[in-house]
Amino acid sequence: MNIRSALVPVLAVALAIAVGALIIALSGSSPVDAYRALIEGSLSDPKSIGRTLEKATPLVMGGLAVAFAFKAGLFNIGGQGQLVVGAIIAGAVGYGISDLPWIIHAPLALLVGALAGAAWGAIPGVLKATRGAHEVITTIMLNFVALNLTDWLASKVWREPGVIVRTPRIEPSAEIPRWGEIPTGFFLAVVAALACWYLLRGTTFGFEIQSVGLNADAARYAGISVRRIFVTTMAISGMLAGLGGAIETNGIVGRYEPGFNAGLGFEGITIALLARTHPLGVIPAAILIGAMQAGGSMMQFKADVQPEITKIIQALILVFVATPIIVRWLLSKREADELSVSSTWGS
Amino acid sequence: MGLVMADDAKGRNVLAAILYRGRWWLVTGALLVAFTLWTAEFHQAQTTAILASTLRHSTPLVLGALCGMLGERSGVINIGIEGQMLMSAWAGFMVASATGDLLTGVVAGVAVGMLMGAVLAGISVGLRGDQIIAGTVLNIAAIGITSFFFTQGRTLPSGKIQPIRLGPLADLPVAGRVLFSNKPITYLTLLLVPVVWFGLFRTTWGLRTRAVGEHPSAAETVGISVVGMRYLNLILGGGIAGLAGAYLSLEAVGSFERGMTNGKGFVALAVMIFGRWNPVGAWGAALLFGYASAVQTQFQFRDWLTSDPQFVGMIPFVVTIVVLAGFVGRARPPASIGQPYSRE
Repeated sequence: MNIRSALVPVLAVALAIAVGALIIALSGSSPVDAYRALIEGSLSDPKSIGRTLEKATPLVMGGLAVAFAFKAGLFNIGGQGQLVVGAIIAGAVGYGISDLPWIIHAPLALLVGALAGAAWGAIPGVLKATRGAHEVITTIMLNFVALNLTDWLASKVWREPGVIVRTPRIEPSAEIPRWGEIPTGFFLAVVAALACWYLLRGTTFGFEIQSVGLNADAARYAGISVRRIFVTTMAISGMLAGLGGAIETNGIVGRYEPGFNAGLGFEGITIALLARTHPLGVIPAAILIGAMQAGGSMMQFKADVQPEITKIIQALILVFVATPIIVRWLLSKREADELSVSSTWGS
Repeated sequence: MGLVMADDAKGRNVLAAILYRGRWWLVTGALLVAFTLWTAEFHQAQTTAILASTLRHSTPLVLGALCGMLGERSGVINIGIEGQMLMSAWAGFMVASATGDLLTGVVAGVAVGMLMGAVLAGISVGLRGDQIIAGTVLNIAAIGITSFFFTQGRTLPSGKIQPIRLGPLADLPVAGRVLFSNKPITYLTLLLVPVVWFGLFRTTWGLRTRAVGEHPSAAETVGISVVGMRYLNLILGGGIAGLAGAYLSLEAVGSFERGMTNGKGFVALAVMIFGRWNPVGAWGAALLFGYASAVQTQFQFRDWLTSDPQFVGMIPFVVTIVVLAGFVGRARPPASIGQPYSRE
């Protein structure tokens, strides 16, 4: 990741923001007011910065989940399902066990949530390794299954008595505290990004993952079990998303509610591609998208622009990041490493 | 009938060959009919309701699968069917709501679908971007655009599209309601299945499409424009997905809701694969999936699982996974799928 290749995401974001301004102007509002309100709501004071990092935390995890799977040539669109499974299980551990000291209870809830996400993520890995079912479709289908399953768990099994469908509030001993305005969970997400980076860069396992991603056939001839890599990579990817959900439950929301963090799976894709699938690049990319989410309501309030404009900006960012010709033109060289996830379709 | 009764060049009876090749379909179909009759306890109204509901649920899936098929047969994966449908459902509804004319709305939906197809082609064929990422762009953009430019409280002044009864045929028991008193897009879908089949396997366009999908450089050598064929097919497919979108907002529901496609575009991909990239096969697969959704209604009739609707809601998605895991290993996609084409 040299400076020139970092230029591509920056230019993509700038282009997307410019086109976004055009759309806001066309819809009859002032883009200057809108963007000023967006920044005011996300970066102007410690409180709004805290809110941005709060939004960015699950996004770092969701982005890491996609980026990590990408390294093995897998496209995990199931971050949403893995996240809600991790979130509700962590919530159940958080409220269901009492009289544990904080030092055990909070990490236990996170760990169990992460493992639940890993199990959910491993399913498409196993289906791909053994049956050849493409992970893009199976992960999307599992998102819908997970949403129904967690809805059922929240409304039947672990429901808080009362009219609202949600799980009871977690015990204080399971809560992840804030550090001033900043949620501690954000630091956990940064540690997770560093761990992914080290795993990929500094270990044999990481080397095997990248070999499979670059050329699965060559990796197979080199003696790497491609099936094992598919399953373990998807499990780790699911674990990252599940941990993101657990952090959200135990660090921010305090319980599981249906409709929890909808749309995260797609945002994870934008973030991973914006980071050019580099684990550490995921952090600034997630903060950018997190800031858009945190400032969205201020933008609606002050400039009367619907916060969904940020979704359009995200799609534009994706277009500019994902088209190799634009990238090549900007770099004017062949060094651009093209992103490819379509090579394993149906194989 | 001449075709069916004839013997082919090797002297085998064509009808017998077709029946043999489709034996698992026949067995599955027979089992489903038996199950339907059993659950409905030979109750005509309920059987009719299930079959009609099966057809209704299958319509957007067949259309989505045909869209995906046109793209994949020419070598381009279209993971953005969901986004194409959603945009068209929204555009069709907004236009029909503003003009008060349903036909204009349907035309707008189809046009927007074609536009989305052109965008997909522009990114994945023109700019040679990754096809799956290009499709993902469509999906994210559709969610953003349809919710950004959607104002709550709009209605259709003329109501939703009404069924057309095909004369005395509509008075037949069971079949009358299931087949002969449907709405226009449903009839059109039933017509499109053989039309696309004929197009793909019996016309020059179809031969060229399949050549481009299997071996693009060979096709280019004999003078077929790979890029041109891929653009054409993605735009045509986009129009079909647009029809599915218009079906959802103007014919099935009669309004637009955020995220109303609810995964149908992805289920359609599974339908396409299960139908082995063949329109008739996809139609059969869509009926099976439609049946999986229609069973929900039956469960309500029988008062099964009504206290746990989430499990019924899972059925179509679990069926998709099981079908993919069971069949995709043996299904073979067009050979050049997923690879951007450049002439060098």
